[in-house]
Amino acid sequence: MTATTPQDVIADTTDPRDALPTHLPALRAFAISLTGNVALADDMVQDTIVKAWTNIESFKPGTNMRAWLFTILRNTFYSYRRKHKREQPDPEGIHAAGLYEKPAHDSKLAMTDFRVAFAKLSDEHREVLLLVGASGFSTHEAAEMIGIAEGTVKSRASRARARLCALLGMEVGEHMLDGIDGSTAAVMSKSGTQAA
Amino acid sequence: MGARMTQDEQTGKRRKQGLNHQIDENLKRVYESVLEEDVPDRFKDLLNRLRQQEGSQ
Repeated sequence: MTATTPQDVIADTTDPRDALPTHLPALRAFAISLTGNVALADDMVQDTIVKAWTNIESFKPGTNMRAWLFTILRNTFYSYRRKHKREQPDPEGIHAAGLYEKPAHDSKLAMTDFRVAFAKLSDEHREVLLLVGASGFSTHEAAEMIGIAEGTVKSRASRARARLCALLGMEVGEHMLDGIDGSTAAVMSKSGTQAA
Repeated sequence: MGARMTQDEQTGKRRKQGLNHQIDENLKRVYESVLEEDVPDRFKDLLNRLRQQEGSQ
């Protein structure tokens, strides 16, 4: 059953670049979450698309195209960071732009706190949490994308979560959530307490 | 000490898992709020331009 079927041959001759549009929302979500700056993120996504388009021969058909594109995007991000060291993310700016406004959401205020805290993390911590926590990549895929060992991905993600908790004023042993059944997230209840 | 954790350790571990779960939930919410947006036209234009350049070569 491993023989090459006519469909496989046809699939091999299609241009993988045809799939680029389907990855745009994920690329933007990663870039915007990573930079906290929509204009910068869209410029980086544009660079990523151009690089992917012109270097498509370095993509191996049958491998994960999204992982390949994310790798290009993160390289673009770090080279941008090296050029513009002084600029900081602007989570309030994103909020002001109305980008994240969702109607009738129960926890908008808490989410703002979360975004502000997230933006204070180091680039490496934001990156690892976005890759393994939000984008749905495996530890193995994230390790390949970042170019570090899987164990390092896990320990880095763990430190990033601990740092985020500290920034949100939460401690692991804090008596604010009781296991899994706390219907209100600890993040939410903490912020709610502060807002009250 | 065997494999058994003390009650405090178990409670601590459960809390940590709960916190990590909540952090990931928040992360996904931030991420997905962008994911659900329409992609700006500049990207469709860009892809069209790239394809045209290719064709004219």
